[in-house]
Amino acid sequence: MHLNRPILNILILGVILATIPWLGLSAFWLSFLYIILYWSVLTLSWNVFSGYSGYFSFGHGAFFGIGIYTVAYMCGQLEHDFLPMVALGGALSGVAGVVLGAIVFRVKRVRGELFALLTLAVTFIISTIVLNTPIDGGPGVYLNSVQVPKIGPNSPATFYLLILILFITALLISKLVSNSKLGAALFAIHDDEDAAEVMGVPTFKTKLIALFISSALAGIAGGIHAVFVSYVTANEVFSINVPLFVVLMSILGGARHWAGPALGALVITSLQYVFTIGDNALFGKMVLGVILILVILFKPSGFLGNRAKKEVKNDAKKIAESYGVNLESVHPHTETYFHVDHKSSNHSSHPKERTHNPEHGHHHWHANPEILLQAQDLCMAFSGLKVLQNLNLEIYRGEILGLLGPNGSGKSTFINVISGHYKPTAGVLSFNGINITDLKAHEIAQHGIARTYQIPRPFANLTVFENTRLVASFARNISLSAATPFAIEALEKVGLQAKIDSIPQDLNLHQRKFLEFARALAAKPKLLMLDEVLSGLTPSEIQSAIDLILDIKAQGTTILFVEHVMSAVMALADRVAVINYGQLLAKGDPQEVMRNEDVITAYLGKKLEHA
Amino acid sequence: MLGGLYGLIGLGLGLSWGLLGQINLAHFAFVFLSAYLSFQISTTFGINPWWSLILLPPLFFVLGAGIHATIRRFKITAFNSLLLTFGITVIIDALIQWIWTADFRKLESSYSNSKVEIFGIYFPYAESFSFAISVICAGAVYWVMKKTDMGKAVRAIAQDPEMATAYGINQKFISMCLAGFCTALACVAGICVSLIFTLNPSQLYTWIGVVFAVVMLGGLGSAFGPILAGMLIGISESITMVFIAPSWAPIVSFTLLIGLLLFRPDKI
Repeated sequence: MHLNRPILNILILGVILATIPWLGLSAFWLSFLYIILYWSVLTLSWNVFSGYSGYFSFGHGAFFGIGIYTVAYMCGQLEHDFLPMVALGGALSGVAGVVLGAIVFRVKRVRGELFALLTLAVTFIISTIVLNTPIDGGPGVYLNSVQVPKIGPNSPATFYLLILILFITALLISKLVSNSKLGAALFAIHDDEDAAEVMGVPTFKTKLIALFISSALAGIAGGIHAVFVSYVTANEVFSINVPLFVVLMSILGGARHWAGPALGALVITSLQYVFTIGDNALFGKMVLGVILILVILFKPSGFLGNRAKKEVKNDAKKIAESYGVNLESVHPHTETYFHVDHKSSNHSSHPKERTHNPEHGHHHWHANPEILLQAQDLCMAFSGLKVLQNLNLEIYRGEILGLLGPNGSGKSTFINVISGHYKPTAGVLSFNGINITDLKAHEIAQHGIARTYQIPRPFANLTVFENTRLVASFARNISLSAATPFAIEALEKVGLQAKIDSIPQDLNLHQRKFLEFARALAAKPKLLMLDEVLSGLTPSEIQSAIDLILDIKAQGTTILFVEHVMSAVMALADRVAVINYGQLLAKGDPQEVMRNEDVITAYLGKKLEHA
Repeated sequence: MLGGLYGLIGLGLGLSWGLLGQINLAHFAFVFLSAYLSFQISTTFGINPWWSLILLPPLFFVLGAGIHATIRRFKITAFNSLLLTFGITVIIDALIQWIWTADFRKLESSYSNSKVEIFGIYFPYAESFSFAISVICAGAVYWVMKKTDMGKAVRAIAQDPEMATAYGINQKFISMCLAGFCTALACVAGICVSLIFTLNPSQLYTWIGVVFAVVMLGGLGSAFGPILAGMLIGISESITMVFIAPSWAPIVSFTLLIGLLLFRPDKI
């Protein structure tokens, strides 16, 4: 219910604003309101992609310009109907955005910077095209003769109402996206794009969809504005003002809040108006530059930044409460509550029982040695440096495989290759009977492979709950609301339910490591890859982590376990494999492998010849 | 010949991008600020424009180092530094329009019409000189980077600032010097611009696309890359101007860049 209230408010706002033209306001004030709404639309549309995902576009002027010139050319020169051409302008700029995005987002490094600068360059390119073709040709285009369907009492009212409809639409889109799976994906991309992809978020597609929405809205706004100003020139349309204002308004208002951009637009437009009537446009521009710098120095999250954070926290709390999670049930003192948890969770998978009875565990996979993941002649090289060399390794369904090796032996690279973060240079990976060698990372995640990171990589601006739910939703390919119970279940399992509304920076190291666990669990993977989950934990924390791992195994999840804490490896692993210099050294029963000469040599160096 | 100038602007931008991790959009603003100042100095005092080469770069060095210090002081992320320099650009742009107005300005000097003969081809004096300066700057950067301790320290900082500090490199000081040096390069480029072009504030933004393409094509932090890329783009533009139309020239660099992105996305 609480999600629908803002939407209702937006609609009520729309109705109230719609009555204004009948209140007898002068044409001047209607135009002033038009300008505020018009900038709000541009800023909101920019924010849907750039604000949410962190990919700053300086090319919003280009998308807006495409809308303007579509209408200017088709209606002003070829005398087509107005409304269909506005829609066409929106579609064209949407497509332009997608094409640009598809080119830039293929690049792996410096994507963000590249996108920002390339969008800026695009603005001038489109300007050049417009100036050199009959679309404008130099002198500008007059649009006085374009027939606009009349709504409202007079002509300024018509434009006001048109832009109002678009404004309400943009506000709704902004709000809906921020609460949707698309929005969750965009926020995750903002915080850690690579981790998001590995956890099942189709980042490339997400960015293109959001960029389409963003540029299409800008195009439509441009189309309406073209007729409002009734005379367009390339220099005006493609000036630096559009991207400057849009970025400034959005940052000032708060890019992470759905209403932030609209607030920023209101403030800046009013300020701008004050300078214009004082005939100090140039001075105004300078002031805007100064404001931009000051905001970035002193308030980088904008007016509504704190409010956005609070709302996200409240949402998490409300959902948790509706699922009956008692946030006070666990003592908030994190140092102690794992002990409490440990004592109370006295199930069959008690570690002592397990380790003293290894027959039990071994029996499980010996009886049914079905291969879950197989690596055949796997090679990975980074510009000549061979990190994995013809590695052959299989993981059986239901086992815990301990992967050992000295530092730099290729363990983490192996995990990165399986999860799809790196594409192997040669070799075949098959998982559950499917060849996953050429799949993208998010597709591999959706097939049921999850991982944790050695240094936890939570999405820094999302709550513990959102972090977990997002992964559950994308890895299982289900809606956010369907993923909620899984997220809560996973958080309860690792004992983080009391931290459900915290953001990661408020967590200590072992809580972050357990958040990694919770995210992986919520994905309900067939294969879970744990990359040094125990490093940096205290002995008691290690014990609770071991309990948790055994618990996960008991539910039928296969585990690949990279670890340096030897006692834990010996306690947990059904089999171990040792790699060195990217090659398999030994594999098999943990006790036997550890007595292997080659393994001892790899870890401790060669024995001295006896004199 | 113009390519050398593209390269010179790209050199400073690429150095701060590649080695400091900051994209300095204000670089373009500094180029034009310096161009206008150089114009002002030689018209007001009636002295040889080359005096600007001695007077202005130290000023810009301080300016660049100061901005870098601010960015460090407030621990601004790479992305916000882009926005910050965008803000600076807008302020300088407005400042230029305010002081020198939006009219076209042309520095008239005795060199304007003189030409140099190289291999039987006549080149305009100012452009040849700019080109020579570009090559000298690139050579100096290359030599400093590869041969001196200072250069090694700079490259170490680019790789891993914290480790560099641990090994006794004064990271803060060297980064500030580098930022200052990049801005001084912008200043030198600006003086060349004032010799060759008719100045107009709106040009500030039109250069961004070209120079950005130069940096991407030439490689981040490379010394000679931007000069070569600049020449490639300069020549392509001249060909376009001759065979198609001068007004289409801005599209050339963009097309080259898109081509690079399409066919060699891993080389960026």
